[in-house]
Amino acid sequence: MAIDAMEQKLRPPEIPLKPYPPKVITLASGEKMVVREAKREEVGALLGTIYPLIGVPADFYDIVAVRMYGEILGWYRRRVANEFVLVGAIDGEIAGIVTSRHVTPKLGMSLHTLTIKRGLRVGAQLFAAKMEHHLDILGEEEVYIVAESPNGFKRWMIEYELEDRSSQFPEVRHELGGVPTYVLTRSLWEAVRDVKCTGTRPVSDTDLKASAKLVMPREYPQIPGFKR
Amino acid sequence: MSRVGVVGIGHTKFGNLSQYDLGDVMAYAATDALKDAGFLERRKEIDQVIVGNMASGLFCHQSAVASSVISKMDMEPVPAELVENGPASGASAIKIGYMAVASGMADIVLVIGGEVMRKVTGWTGTEYVATMLHPEAEYDMGLTLPGFGGMFTRMYMEKYGLTERDLALLAVKNHANGAKNKYAHIQAECTIEAIADGPEANVVNTYVAEPLRMYSTCPVSDGAAALLLVNMDSPKAKLFSKKPVRIAGIASATDTHCVHNRKDPLKLEAVRIAAEKAYAMAGLSPKDISFAELHDAFSILELAISEEVGFFERGKSFLAVRKGETAIDGRLPINTSGGLKSKGHPVGATGTSQAVELVRQLRGEAELGRQVTDPKYGMAVNFGGFGNNVVAMIFAKD
Repeated sequence: MAIDAMEQKLRPPEIPLKPYPPKVITLASGEKMVVREAKREEVGALLGTIYPLIGVPADFYDIVAVRMYGEILGWYRRRVANEFVLVGAIDGEIAGIVTSRHVTPKLGMSLHTLTIKRGLRVGAQLFAAKMEHHLDILGEEEVYIVAESPNGFKRWMIEYELEDRSSQFPEVRHELGGVPTYVLTRSLWEAVRDVKCTGTRPVSDTDLKASAKLVMPREYPQIPGFKR
Repeated sequence: MSRVGVVGIGHTKFGNLSQYDLGDVMAYAATDALKDAGFLERRKEIDQVIVGNMASGLFCHQSAVASSVISKMDMEPVPAELVENGPASGASAIKIGYMAVASGMADIVLVIGGEVMRKVTGWTGTEYVATMLHPEAEYDMGLTLPGFGGMFTRMYMEKYGLTERDLALLAVKNHANGAKNKYAHIQAECTIEAIADGPEANVVNTYVAEPLRMYSTCPVSDGAAALLLVNMDSPKAKLFSKKPVRIAGIASATDTHCVHNRKDPLKLEAVRIAAEKAYAMAGLSPKDISFAELHDAFSILELAISEEVGFFERGKSFLAVRKGETAIDGRLPINTSGGLKSKGHPVGATGTSQAVELVRQLRGEAELGRQVTDPKYGMAVNFGGFGNNVVAMIFAKD
């Protein structure tokens, strides 16, 4: 399709990214969560999933949701360079979403992690998958990470023992507003990969088929009474 | 002594209530209990309020919570005091309430246990809970309760042959119950394949304090539970809408503060002594008990406590779990509420929550799928410190 000349000027340069190979994780509940890259045509389901959480201040869901909404819209409208979106789906229903950006061949920029289904470490698994994509598949050496909620800080900064580079500001700075920048280095990742990152590949045709069509969550534990 | 019964129960949902004031959380459960008893409008006729709480000063930077609850419930000038006994604060509050009624000093006592732990981060909370350990020999050495749980589990494994899979079986059992409990923090079942046998289990069920994994450790929870106690031999016993569930036995015991001073660290003497006293008071023995709520802050404790109270021979309880004897449809259901593992463990609330579960089961009010068939006697053990201050309770349906 021909792209309008002005539109072409507005788009960032893109580096072709290696695809993230899908995997399946059996959660503690016994449910199978397929983790895969989201496709551009799935933007409606992704944005529709995120939208209700913009009004949830508890656990900073509002700020994470509103920022992720913008990131995914930016990805869809081609206003962010080299962004990727991974989704975790149980029988096709979206359980969580992560966004991230490949900045250079050596550097990744972790954006946001949004967990819909809680209590099963869905967010922890999706974050680990995001790091796997950055370091194992895209081959970067480091990922810059910030936390915008105490839950995020506990899960990433503490559990991964991330390197605190906030003292190197502004030379080292995450894209998200100047909050303290932490870094997952390759050596840190190799130290925790076996206990943080899991999943089985290849995903069976049955499981792939089950997650082929993304479905927006019918209920949100964060929004009592919400029904879709 | 007068007979003491429970005529009202109340409970918040356990979980993350950190956006709420502790006094409000406690008042919610207490109001629920008073409504259950049909006594909300007459609450100023209550003779005494006893509040169980472990560490509001640390978790919420708030002291004198008994005064706060009274004020929030518009109950002045009813007397109210606080009882603190670590994670056994709730059951200790019930015991003090029982003593007040049984002695004749009071006819109607409201007991509330509550804790809001999640205003601080998990590791800060773990550190606060660890302040109940021996200051020099344990706390200053960096020990935490999960650390103790891990060491205790390792010793038990080496001595009796328990496996990590056995611990996972306990989680599967307790989550099956908790998934049906409207008050439970984690209302989700788990499968043995996912948390023990499957290829992803090592990550899905990660270590917390080896060999304890996430699914053998309770979550950090907020919440409250309350009970209204009455002198069953007083004319006032007729004021309530619900028939009393009798407190047949209640007793506590202590053990060395410092665990390494025990001859055998695997023996929980305070549990054994408290249970024996409670049985003697009730005129019962372990085989009379229909179901039990045992303090499984770490899954190993459900096993060890079930042996100390005489349900199983020492070192054999996990074999009973393998056979399903402690499942909801087993010979002796244990942790029908989901236990601390699934229901949650807001430390100051746990004892009162266990007691509420005893009452719900004895009344036949538990949810479909987790109601014990025609129970007569329920037992609860609320475990303080690392077994150094323990309360045992036996409730009866007369």
